[in-house]
Amino acid sequence: MAIKSTTYKNNTSESKPIKRRKESFFHAGRGDSKFKRLIIHLILIFYCLISIYPLMRIFSVSLRPGNRVLSTDLSIVPPDATFENYHKVIYDQGLLQWIWNSLAVTITTSIIGLIIAATSAYAFSRFKFRGRSTLLIYLLTTQMIPTAMLMVPLYILAIKLGMIGTYRGLVIAYAVTSVPFSIWILKGYYDTIPTELEEAAIIDGASPLQAFWKIILPLSTPALAITFLFNFSQAWNEFLIARIILGSQESILTWPLGLNRLMGQYLVQWGQYNAAAIIVSVPVMILFLAMSKYMISGLTLGSVKG
Amino acid sequence: MFNFDAILKSISEVATTILAVALIVAALETLLYFILVKWMKVKNALVYMLVSPAILGLLVLQVYPLLWEGYISMTNMSLSHFFNFSFIGLKNYVRVFTEPVLKQVTFFPLLWRTVLWTFVNVFFHVTGGMILALLLNREMKMRGIYRMIIIIPWALPQVVAAMAWRGEFNYEYGWINIMLQRIGLSPVQWLTSPAPNFIAMCIVNIWLGIPFMTVIFLGGLQSISGEFYEAAEMDGATNWQKFWRITFPIMMPVISPAVILGTVWTFNTFNISFFINQFELESSDILVTALFRAAFQYNRYGFSAAFAFIIFFILLAYSVVFAKTTGALKGVKD
Repeated sequence: MAIKSTTYKNNTSESKPIKRRKESFFHAGRGDSKFKRLIIHLILIFYCLISIYPLMRIFSVSLRPGNRVLSTDLSIVPPDATFENYHKVIYDQGLLQWIWNSLAVTITTSIIGLIIAATSAYAFSRFKFRGRSTLLIYLLTTQMIPTAMLMVPLYILAIKLGMIGTYRGLVIAYAVTSVPFSIWILKGYYDTIPTELEEAAIIDGASPLQAFWKIILPLSTPALAITFLFNFSQAWNEFLIARIILGSQESILTWPLGLNRLMGQYLVQWGQYNAAAIIVSVPVMILFLAMSKYMISGLTLGSVKG
Repeated sequence: MFNFDAILKSISEVATTILAVALIVAALETLLYFILVKWMKVKNALVYMLVSPAILGLLVLQVYPLLWEGYISMTNMSLSHFFNFSFIGLKNYVRVFTEPVLKQVTFFPLLWRTVLWTFVNVFFHVTGGMILALLLNREMKMRGIYRMIIIIPWALPQVVAAMAWRGEFNYEYGWINIMLQRIGLSPVQWLTSPAPNFIAMCIVNIWLGIPFMTVIFLGGLQSISGEFYEAAEMDGATNWQKFWRITFPIMMPVISPAVILGTVWTFNTFNISFFINQFELESSDILVTALFRAAFQYNRYGFSAAFAFIIFFILLAYSVVFAKTTGALKGVKD
């Protein structure tokens, strides 16, 4: 970090307009030639195509009529496009039911997980106590446990507690497994908030809990949003634990199990499967993209500091 | 469309779960309040009250099952010995290394394949993510649109992505083979022959993992002050030198935790290798999918518990060594 050349700084500091700040933020873009810019745009456009093409294909197959779902046609909107598959998957299959089940489980899970993680992360960020670093390392270690490892004991636990075929076990299992990672993200973010703010509040007579509630929580909205999003998408997409705990009764499945069932039935359902995939993915993707700005600050602030 | 009973069932179950969790937490906090504050007069009792719900949850749903799994790993529990299993000591741990884990495949080929899988994936995730982040970290038109589209594979639910790709690897109807044929190459048996299937798995997982790294690295790059580069330019540094002398060292605190997390996640990726491997080729299994099959297809519970612990310790050892050498865990000690 000793590369700063002071002479250079002194020479230009007087003539520097305020706008300079923004330019130096995107430093890399300043001296690019037109040719270089063109190449960069081409590379990015190419990668964007790679990113989006599989999604386009799902959409394309979902529009095909049932009798030519399998075809070697590569056009995105087929000439005989129809919404037949969407209609079928909504009215003839249990898709809406599955989505409802998933939503019920996922929202509950994310809220419970977020509340538990937000409060414990505060303790980890602001207080020194015995066992703190051991616990933090333990939380990180839990990330290394393969899901498949916990499945045999969880399955037997669920049988013993009568939770097979219910959402209770699922909600609690999801909420708890999401807690360690959430605590890490939130702790990283809390660490970046200066302690002076709370100290001032405490001098004014607030309790640590009030300081947490009135100062820390409102300031960490981006991190809370990210954590919620992470927990949400993890529970929303989870397949393994759901498969083991929910069993196979059709009306209680979550959507990943339901879609898997659609896949299993006949080859003909390929079109319906793709229609269902679009219906399930698009809302989550919009949520994800809308929050992607927060995502960058919420994720990296923690890691740069930590 | 809707099953009315099922909707009632879900609402009532979710509501009772929330109520139960709230009651348990309330009971726990009251108990702690009386023990720590009233009785023992502990100074920072608040800390323990804040942490306790998370700890209780982890104890019941992670520590207890793990201990139990540890016990099972020393028994001969299986479908035929589900209730009357007996204690056999460390035999299962020896068996993992000496017997086939599934039908034919043994432990070490699985391990090497998983190491290869993890290395290839993390390598491409990190380099791909870094290249895209460097390209995006500049003032340019359409920057927001590019960033948004690049995130899409991450936003797409994994099960959907895996199934869609599996369709695209279909011999006859998948676009990959169609494209190969159009440019005059012969189609590949992506789903049925061992090596192409493994490559297919890698392609899908690399595609899925690049956005996460791009987002993380872009955030890190934006926090680097432009002054460093201005100074370097004055001294006549090339772009290559600027990257390796300035960007890379400053980014290390972002890169090394991302690499650790990425490695652990890739090592434990279940969905991709499970779904892309449609015909259950043992030559495409990695450790975690083999673990799943040993437990739930061959029902060798005791054996798979031992297998699980071995996988876990491999990861743990890796992470400890990596974290020690790069200092990625400094945050813990603060």
